[in-house]
Amino acid sequence: MKMRAFAIRNAKEILRDPLSMIFSLGFPLVLLLLLTSIQANIPVDLFEIQELTPGIAIFGLSFITLFSATLISKDRESALLQRLYTTPLSPADFIFGYVLPLLPIAAAQSLVCYAAAVILGLPLTIRILYAVAMILPVSTLYISLGLLCGSVLNAKQVSGICGALFINLSAWLSGTWFDLDLAGGAFKRIAYALPFAHAVELERCLLNQDHSSLFSHLPWVLGYAAGTTLLAVFLFLRQMKKQ
Amino acid sequence: MNAIKAEHLTKRYKDLTAVDSLDLTVEHGELLSLLGVNGAGKTTTMKMLSCILAPTSGDAFLNGHSIVSDAAEVKRLIGVSPQETAVAPNLTVEENLKLMCGVHGFSKEKRERKTAELAQRFQLSPILKKRAGKLSGGWQRRLSIAMALIGEPEIVFLDEPTLGLDVLARSELWDTIRSLKGNTTMILTTHSMEEAEALSDRVGIMRNGKLLMVGTVEELKSRAGTDRFEEAFIALVKGEKK
Repeated sequence: MKMRAFAIRNAKEILRDPLSMIFSLGFPLVLLLLLTSIQANIPVDLFEIQELTPGIAIFGLSFITLFSATLISKDRESALLQRLYTTPLSPADFIFGYVLPLLPIAAAQSLVCYAAAVILGLPLTIRILYAVAMILPVSTLYISLGLLCGSVLNAKQVSGICGALFINLSAWLSGTWFDLDLAGGAFKRIAYALPFAHAVELERCLLNQDHSSLFSHLPWVLGYAAGTTLLAVFLFLRQMKKQ
Repeated sequence: MNAIKAEHLTKRYKDLTAVDSLDLTVEHGELLSLLGVNGAGKTTTMKMLSCILAPTSGDAFLNGHSIVSDAAEVKRLIGVSPQETAVAPNLTVEENLKLMCGVHGFSKEKRERKTAELAQRFQLSPILKKRAGKLSGGWQRRLSIAMALIGEPEIVFLDEPTLGLDVLARSELWDTIRSLKGNTTMILTTHSMEEAEALSDRVGIMRNGKLLMVGTVEELKSRAGTDRFEEAFIALVKGEKK
């Protein structure tokens, strides 16, 4: 009940920010449309709709990181969080209250992305549902990255680090915009040592029914998600104690 | 049993002692004002008593519950209005009040009743549907104080509550504070001598993290040898007597 009240507040704070909605839904959709148009004129395997859509769906999640980091850092800077620390809310209430509202937002975001892809020619199959369902565990990685950044950075740093650096870096390293084999060498090794390319591959496996590769990517994503969540919880509790 | 009893309460940062072995008792229903120049330790004391900051050493007991070992129980007793306005900007006034009811675990019926009651008491009814972030500073502060009181706290901490309020709003808030006296224990920090004089049962004067003295306004004036409270405060902080 107490956590629910806090979670509803967090959802409203995010959903009522028009910029959040424009970036999380509008920007990925514009990219999907743009790259599909390019693909229609100059065919590139990577931009075929069944390859591109999983990448765009994962790219959209990086905005969820930005939302959660921005919300938490702004709360930390305002006196509101200080006030809430004096109420019967427990540390678990705070963490779940920040994380849970973002899960349906992430699922809705990917659903809109796949729905747009269907309009653009992606075959409508049950596999789209599997891909959207897989967004939930993948999104815990992006949400906990937001919790982590929001716990250690101020709002200005969040807009620079999560708003510009993270969104771009995670996209480049995801293999959505260019084939990682083309970059090769250290870049490819770094990309596959991080979870973003694995997250995109995971979505592609589900969408394209490539179950054999599924389990080579899943542990990377879940492992990073678990590790990031633990670190984010630790850092959030530490800043809570520091208040 | 005292409502608040602080024993050697201390907060140290690296090379700064913000609050130095503070001993203090506040009776049930009493309003104690903490006065002091900037950096005297008033807000740090409030933050420790309201479980926002952990003390470096010492302890305080609120209705017998330790702020160190029983913070969860202490949080059930208290309401806090921080120095800065503490509202959720994208939520309406009504949603802000209901948020506080929710985090205190109130039922739906109680939530509705308390929201209506506080909206009426603080004259927030006409702006219930407005977003808090769009309100003027004075209205935000009014809402912030209403949010501190909505959880039916037994002990309330008000950190410079009338900062930014116009004369009329300040007078109304004073009336609200007066109406709580006797039932609710309050600690209030202020820089306004007029406010301390008008509201306090007792006043504590702090300087450099230490509680110099505690007494009624009349006792402090008599100790300083003056009829004017502001003069008394200055004399006592400077360590002068007429």
